[in-house]
Amino acid sequence: MATATTTTTVTMGKALNLALHDSLRDDSRVLIFGEDVGKLGGVFRVTDGLQDEFGAERVFNTPLAEATIAGTALGLAVKGFHPVAEMQFDAFSYPSFQQVTSNIAKYHTRTGGACPMSLVIRIPYGGNIGAIEQHSESPETYYAHTAGLKVVTPSNPADAYGLLRAAIADPDPVIFLEPKARYWMKQEVTLPAPPESIAKARIARTGTDATVIAYGPMVSVALAAAETAASEGVALEVLDLRSLSPIDWETVYASARKTKRVVVTHEAPVFLGLGGEIAARLMHDLFDTLVAPVERVGAPTTPYPPSRYEKLFLPDADRLLEAVDRTREY
Amino acid sequence: MADVTSAPPARRDTPALENPIAALLTPEGTLTAEGERVAGVSDATLRDLYRLMVITRRLDQEGLNLQRQGELGLWGPTLGHEAAQVGGALAMRETDWIFPYYRDFGMAIVRGIDPGQILTVFKGLRHGAWDPHQYRFGPFVIPVGTQVPHAVGFAMGCKLDHEQTAVLTCFGEGATSTGDWHEAMNFAGVFKAPVVFLCQNNQWAISVPMSEQVAGRIVDRAAGYGLPGVRVDGADALAIYAVTQMAADHARRGDGPYLIEAFSYRLGPHTTSDDPTRYRTEADVMPWRAHDPIARAADQLRKRGAWDDAFERACQSEADERAARMRQTLIAATPDHPSTVFDLVYANPPQTLIAERDAFVAELAPETPQEGR
Repeated sequence: MATATTTTTVTMGKALNLALHDSLRDDSRVLIFGEDVGKLGGVFRVTDGLQDEFGAERVFNTPLAEATIAGTALGLAVKGFHPVAEMQFDAFSYPSFQQVTSNIAKYHTRTGGACPMSLVIRIPYGGNIGAIEQHSESPETYYAHTAGLKVVTPSNPADAYGLLRAAIADPDPVIFLEPKARYWMKQEVTLPAPPESIAKARIARTGTDATVIAYGPMVSVALAAAETAASEGVALEVLDLRSLSPIDWETVYASARKTKRVVVTHEAPVFLGLGGEIAARLMHDLFDTLVAPVERVGAPTTPYPPSRYEKLFLPDADRLLEAVDRTREY
Repeated sequence: MADVTSAPPARRDTPALENPIAALLTPEGTLTAEGERVAGVSDATLRDLYRLMVITRRLDQEGLNLQRQGELGLWGPTLGHEAAQVGGALAMRETDWIFPYYRDFGMAIVRGIDPGQILTVFKGLRHGAWDPHQYRFGPFVIPVGTQVPHAVGFAMGCKLDHEQTAVLTCFGEGATSTGDWHEAMNFAGVFKAPVVFLCQNNQWAISVPMSEQVAGRIVDRAAGYGLPGVRVDGADALAIYAVTQMAADHARRGDGPYLIEAFSYRLGPHTTSDDPTRYRTEADVMPWRAHDPIARAADQLRKRGAWDDAFERACQSEADERAARMRQTLIAATPDHPSTVFDLVYANPPQTLIAERDAFVAELAPETPQEGR
């Protein structure tokens, strides 16, 4: 039986909502829970309408206790459910850090493979929404540094749908980072989309002169920078990582071999950020191919600033283009 | 015109918790005569409790010996916990689940897990030694109190699946200071999860005594989470068995969670790495040595006329025989191939990790011709 597809224009928030909806519909073991995910539909409305349609047994509010949101997700996964737990904001995921890193990430190992942790923890992350403290952080490195977790982040509505469905279907625990500043980004998508691999990067724009490696909220910034560069006769390739752990090195290396110049960017601090790992790998494995040092563009080593300053701190197209220029000096 | 002077709606207080189980215990936490009658624990069950406690103590002693002989990196003795562990585990049905803490060696024995295999964890061969689904017994969890939310989540799942399953989870009094414990108690209360919380209050968290750990009584905390609780004499396996069974029935009936505080004493060190002489004296410990779970069960059997020396001898010889087997299993246990560490990280491992494993194995190959596999 052919499944009818429809093409609609949706925001990323809506695409995520549809992915949750379709996962609930297709798999009776999927559960959704977290703070305010019930009647309110979550503070970003990503779970809007799901409790009404699927009932309060499968879509439910929890007490305000992130460690136990994660800990009960583990227990439910042992029971054979596929929990999709929501952390309300990036910095509010930290109380769950012990459960996620010491238990969820290690339970498969601890049980000799008998208890896979087929669960997803959704976390809105990143800044640029004018918020108060603790609402704009980029915690991806904490999670990507922990073996046993997979970490993915979409940059657009189509990927948001495909990646979230793939994350829910995956047998391992997936930290699903949602770039909250892009919840309102619109795109035409055809649904239901075919399942995405959760470990594949994507070339968001092809180019020949330098590669900008970005993910999540920085992909649209990189695409804007590429647009400007094109008007100046420079063809930038934009690579959207999508998966932060594991990293799709094949796609990264192929692009770096082609352009020979690489800039990595993220909202997270440059210090020990994902860019460091990518730069080190490229330096080591493509030492003879690259013609310039890998540039990194990210946040300084400060706490996330008060929102009045955030635009000064966030990497923007100008900073990316300056970094591209530096790679082109070689 | 609106009547602005009217009072706000009356507060809806939660009705007082019914706790018929507590009424069956004396203030010291043993069964009253009525409690014994209601619980109806048979002589055969009491003999099972006795036998399994003797075995637990003997195997625990063997674990300590093995550590002292260099066969184990670490051992956390269960001495003084036999009643809570054997009584609690035996009270649960085979279909029920247990989420233990790291000291629940006696519970694992009751569940039929090969103790020689359990010890491989403390020999440093692996992080977990059994399939939780096979024994309905979760892995030993080291970060204190973090297994409690797992039990609650699992119990929430049992309720969603409309199963008649109860879940038991254990922890020490130190765990009741952790955020995860309080959060999990509250979740259990809110979701009416079919879970029994069994606190093995041994009065010591490594060197920190209960007086520096717990304000108030642990059992009283249950009320704050909307669930009933009871404090039981931690040396009385019969009482713990009876109360756990009733609490599990309460949970299975859909009446929600229940907290049991088994009040006992850690007679040994926290682990073999600990030195209790730095923080307590023999005079502190002495009174609790008489508070012995095994002697208590023997007394109870004698009072029932269900005791005989042949039974005791049979228990001891079974325990000795199992200790010898455990020792053999442990000593014969060899490491898995080191690549297992890579293979167990994910159910669906990424190519990057497979490549790391292959490089690691290639590097090891010349030096590990026979070892393990």
